[in-house]
Amino acid sequence: MNTLTSPTPVFLDSAPPPQPRPAEVILDVQGLQVALPADADRPFAIEHLDVRIEAGQTLCIVGESGSGKSVLATTVMGLLAKGLTATQGHIRLAGETLMDQARLAPESRLRAWRGTRMGMVFQEPMTALNPVHSCGEQVDELLRTHTQWPAHERKAHILAIFDRVRLPDPKRIYDSYPHQLSGGQRQRIVIAMAIILKPRLLICDEPTTALDVTTQAEILRLIAELQVEQRSAVLFITHDMGVVAEIADQVMVMHRGRVVEQGPAEQVLHTPREAYTRMLLDAVPGMTPPPPRELPGGRALLSATGVGKTYVRRDWLGRAKPNTALHDASVAVHRGETVGVVGESGSGKSTFARCMIRLIDPTEGSILWGETPVHSLPEGRLRPLRSRVQVVFQDPNRSLNPRRTVGSSLMEGAMNFGMGERQARQTAEELMDRIQLPRTALDRYPHQFSGGQRQRLAIARAVACQPQVLVADEAVSALDVSVQAQILALLREIQADLGLGILFITHDLRVAAQLCDRVIVMSQGEIVEQGPTAQVFLQPAHDYTRRLLAAAPRAELARRA
Amino acid sequence: MSNWNKLWRNSAVRLGCAVLAVLLLLAVLAPWLGTFDPSAMDPSFISVAAGTRGEVTLPDGQTLQHVFWMGSDNFGRDIWSRVLFGTRVSLGVGLCTAVLAITGGCLLGMLAGYFRPVDAVVMRLVDGMMAIPAVLVAITLVAMLGASLPTVILAIAVPEIPRVTRLVRALVMGLRDEPFVEAARALASSNLTILWRDILPNALAPLIVQGTFIAASAVLTEAILSFLGLGLPADVPTWGNIMAEGRVQFAQSPGNVMFPALFLVPTVLAINLLGDGLRDVLDPKFSKRA
Repeated sequence: MNTLTSPTPVFLDSAPPPQPRPAEVILDVQGLQVALPADADRPFAIEHLDVRIEAGQTLCIVGESGSGKSVLATTVMGLLAKGLTATQGHIRLAGETLMDQARLAPESRLRAWRGTRMGMVFQEPMTALNPVHSCGEQVDELLRTHTQWPAHERKAHILAIFDRVRLPDPKRIYDSYPHQLSGGQRQRIVIAMAIILKPRLLICDEPTTALDVTTQAEILRLIAELQVEQRSAVLFITHDMGVVAEIADQVMVMHRGRVVEQGPAEQVLHTPREAYTRMLLDAVPGMTPPPPRELPGGRALLSATGVGKTYVRRDWLGRAKPNTALHDASVAVHRGETVGVVGESGSGKSTFARCMIRLIDPTEGSILWGETPVHSLPEGRLRPLRSRVQVVFQDPNRSLNPRRTVGSSLMEGAMNFGMGERQARQTAEELMDRIQLPRTALDRYPHQFSGGQRQRLAIARAVACQPQVLVADEAVSALDVSVQAQILALLREIQADLGLGILFITHDLRVAAQLCDRVIVMSQGEIVEQGPTAQVFLQPAHDYTRRLLAAAPRAELARRA
Repeated sequence: MSNWNKLWRNSAVRLGCAVLAVLLLLAVLAPWLGTFDPSAMDPSFISVAAGTRGEVTLPDGQTLQHVFWMGSDNFGRDIWSRVLFGTRVSLGVGLCTAVLAITGGCLLGMLAGYFRPVDAVVMRLVDGMMAIPAVLVAITLVAMLGASLPTVILAIAVPEIPRVTRLVRALVMGLRDEPFVEAARALASSNLTILWRDILPNALAPLIVQGTFIAASAVLTEAILSFLGLGLPADVPTWGNIMAEGRVQFAQSPGNVMFPALFLVPTVLAINLLGDGLRDVLDPKFSKRA
């Protein structure tokens, strides 16, 4: 299907389409090579990389973690991390030499250029901003360094740019501290800082990855608008093919430091030439749910009615300030069924999940594991029942104890529920076969595994105590798409074999569409809509669901028929 | 790369270890390094200069040829012998104090950090203890329990416990919310198992570092207590005691103060160096980025 001739003309790298007027090349990288330290898994972070971006164009660099895409961004900014060294290459920025034969321009010149000729937007706006200065002061500092403007002019410029990036009430924002703003607002501040001096090149390193879908859509639109306004070149780094489809003019696919494929967005997304690009595109789950499955049904293995959680904070006078994180949430998970809970950050979906596994105590409502009410059982009485409901967390780097062999982690649960050591070891070995890791790997430590392998180990650890229900809290959100696909396949396989019920918490609608039989949509601590996946995705009843679905990056565009 | 390798590449760790190894050898081999009984007095060698040779008569009547490398004090005791045997006391006090303070602080800190209700009680106690000057607590304890090696160790260790408790509590509170600890709870592991297998091993690195600093300050505090006459009995050879006795005739024979100090300073320096190096390797939060 990919080899069919497409209706639009396909241009090869060597023959760019004729431009109405000669375009100005803003960023020109030639033969860049960056070496990794001696003990790394490969010799080069980047090998023989050529990039050109013209004014007004957006180049998206796509790749999984470790592909070297962020290294490129830091090299261009002259901010290479310690241990990394450029060994070859030339970089020119709007006609000026940034790097000549692997030697960077002097630091003083680079510093003058950062902000004025190249701006950068980072992934995590909270860490990119200084928490002890107000947002206005931080932008002001940048202006003081790079311009001779008097104070009132600087302030006028800052208020104007805050207004331009559509921050509400710029005067108030000027005096606000980063923690007083939402994630999206913080990212707007960072963007404002990056563009206030109208740089010719804007580097965005996963600027929307830490944000909710609706916020992500707004930020992407903003970046696109600003680019048209300022006719700057944008180097946009992302791992999300949906985002690429949304904003890219040109796409470059990277894998382990090499350029796999490069070309106009239309061509790369619709008629990719390389197998790796196809794999990346295919791994992106679509928004169309598969046809409903036959479910065994039966009594609920895990159910909740009217569960709520209210945190009470007291001020210095001891007055209670209740904060309702979750209100009146109900769910039932049956044998062999996957129930998805979707929502943006702060929607209470994680609180719900943690109440269900009794990691936190609900303040109202009832929770049943099988037939047993557990919402108010003390930890001691709960322990013998814990084998029924197990959990898999989001971050595979932190969900295994780094100081214990994975074997001992895998055997712990089974032994806690009365299995002998030899039998537990045997169970662990069988589970290793299932998750396709060598049995001998049981004696290794977590840091010797990749993120995807660790997540498989976390699933194996949960399955080792033969649960009836698995609660997966954003279990694939921290993983690359190709790994994500493997983990989802593993979950489906285990579910089919053991008849597990799965409560799947995620912010990723595409994953929910593919995996879940039923979906619960949460917003601000309450369930706003629920129903069979196909119904919720194709005929959303609630406004919030519709907005959520509309904001999801153009996933369908990235998928070819 | 393993931690051991990283440790060995750190020059501060290597230097600290080397100095401590030499001191340890001197302490262990003290009887064979040209010394005699450090408490033996010979009235014919009172306050002799460094390097004096002569035939010493020991309390049991034996005689031996001896060189007073560091001279003698005003009771006719050999400074070299006393300093070397004092090394044993100092290193022992440092090690035992660190172990005791870390163990005690660790227990309290883990309880306070993991169990909310215990926290309120333990931490108020600890805050109270922190408000009393360390030397005052030490002096009181020695006065109450009498001056002996175990008392002195206890007296130096107890004031250190609050700081360790605070450190451990903070570490445990951070680790308690880690997903692997929550996973262990979901696996029905008991609180004791979680504390022992999931929390303690992950809090160990900063504790070891803290332990070295406690050891260094314990060596100093022991010397201070002895110097003030509040530590071990005057006849026990410790660096502090030697200096205290040498103080009165510092003008005539400064060696009595200088020589123990020449051992004390490198000891404390070496332990601190070792601690700094350990922190750089084990506790990456504070280390210079490699």
